[in-house]
Amino acid sequence: MSNYIKEVTKTKELRKVYGNTLIDMMTKDERVVALEADLMSAIATKSVQDTFADRLINCGIQEANMMGVAAGLSVTGMIPFVHSFGIFVTRRAYDQLFLSLGYAQLNARIIGSDAGVSATHNGGTHMPFEDLALVNAIPNSIVMEMSDDTMFEQLLKKTKDEYGLYYFRIVRKEMRKLYHEDQTFEVGKGIVLEDGSDVTIVASGIMVDEALKAREILAKEGIDAAVIDMFTIKPIDETLLVEYAKKTKLVVTAENHNVIGGLGTMVSQCIGEQHPVKMRHIGVKESFGQVGTKEYLQEVYKLRAVDIVEAVKDGLK
Amino acid sequence: MNNKQFSAQIRLETLKELQHRTFGHIGGSMSIVELLSVLYNDIMHVDPKNPNDPTRDYLVLSKGHAGPALYATLALKGYFPLEMLKTLNDNGTNLPSHADKNKTPGIDMTTGSLGQGLSAAVGIAKGLKIQGKDNRVFAIVGDGELNEGQCYEALIFASKHHLDNLVVFVDDNKLQLDGPTKEVSDIGNLDDRFRSFAFDTRRIDGHNEEIIKASTIDALNKKGMPSIIILDTIKGKGIKEFENLTENHHMRFSEDDNQLLDKYIALLEGENNE
Repeated sequence: MSNYIKEVTKTKELRKVYGNTLIDMMTKDERVVALEADLMSAIATKSVQDTFADRLINCGIQEANMMGVAAGLSVTGMIPFVHSFGIFVTRRAYDQLFLSLGYAQLNARIIGSDAGVSATHNGGTHMPFEDLALVNAIPNSIVMEMSDDTMFEQLLKKTKDEYGLYYFRIVRKEMRKLYHEDQTFEVGKGIVLEDGSDVTIVASGIMVDEALKAREILAKEGIDAAVIDMFTIKPIDETLLVEYAKKTKLVVTAENHNVIGGLGTMVSQCIGEQHPVKMRHIGVKESFGQVGTKEYLQEVYKLRAVDIVEAVKDGLK
Repeated sequence: MNNKQFSAQIRLETLKELQHRTFGHIGGSMSIVELLSVLYNDIMHVDPKNPNDPTRDYLVLSKGHAGPALYATLALKGYFPLEMLKTLNDNGTNLPSHADKNKTPGIDMTTGSLGQGLSAAVGIAKGLKIQGKDNRVFAIVGDGELNEGQCYEALIFASKHHLDNLVVFVDDNKLQLDGPTKEVSDIGNLDDRFRSFAFDTRRIDGHNEEIIKASTIDALNKKGMPSIIILDTIKGKGIKEFENLTENHHMRFSEDDNQLLDKYIALLEGENNE
């Protein structure tokens, strides 16, 4: 169980964390190189360019080439950190991501920003609801969704010397602050935020906050919900899922993503095979993105605490 | 061994390799034989006993379907036994249709989805520059492959970053799978196109080893900008009856084809024994 921050406060902007962490890693390791496709302003990496002009490569608006350049850099032993909006690093350049990096078994960190509804007023063209599904389908990929700034910084640093294709799905700006500085994060290990006996809510990204809020609402109605921050989507933490499936008999997943191919699918596959219990899935269903505030979009796509509560009650009927 | 002799050996081993498998990408393999010969016999700094030597020059075969010609070259150089060429496209092989860096010693980049290799090559060239290393990078793209938009993204990048440690070869054999490149998707005047991207550009006879060598050295000496050498080539070069056949991109050899290949294999074996 994690001693998470119960009081609702905000994180630093994750883009600031990205820039600062890059500078820190570049200072310590000459192999670290960052790639952008004309979104430096959006992800706040200009400071990185000012400090390490030769290792911040702005490719211009050419995501396909950027993936190939990352592959080439990896061939020479460098560690490329590749950023663009989630749609561009996955949908837009999928075959390049899949073949030049995945199939070629090269080493890269892919950072897909503006997770799901956090793309807000950029709208449907810029709103990734299927990036996790796409990256999950690449053999041996490691797929993570960041739920807080501390997690992001620590996992960037912690995985720097690992080899392989890592995907970090992030919100660019602020989120709810969840973790103390001394929290430790293990790739592939979910974090139990709250224990419970009636239902387990498995969430990632901004939905962790919603899950915690849903737990409070449910508690008032006498339903005891466990909440797990399942920030590693792949490989999914099977041990923890089976433990909680046995314990609570109902598992509800909550993701800011299409219900096909993301967290819900990974959790379902695990539980379906290893300890089948009743499940419900909160996520985007058969919909494209659109413009709107985060709150509006969460309402439209039913990604709020109240939607989780409804799913839990339905599952417990 | 001189480059001409090495070309004959590569052509012979490639034909034997493809004939043994009974099918394969013969046209585009034959058109780059002389280039591979010059690069591996006379230009590239490589160590077949240590394929991952960090001081080596890199080759990215962006037209990954010409793998069979590169495999023959690598085997002749001693990266792996010649006998292994018979495993081309066997189930579980280390010599697949398209080049794979994780399977074959000496292959620097996995390719096959056209247009992607050139991006990897510019990435390698940039990585070497950042690290202050003087290894050189060679990329081979097909003229048909230049239909792919990603190639032009890579050209922009190479030019912007002044990658003078990169030489791109275009195997301009004028044919792609469905027919003449001019008919399928006319890519216009390649020379002008590359010059407009600020590449040091030249067009040469792609089957003349001496010219290939001299031009490659010139290109390597050009500082401040990347180079492109357009090779005027013949798809299926060396097998008169197959040369420039629209159908020679990928062939499944008939009885007659086999007899023809036997004839050319015997001729080349004679040449090699002289």
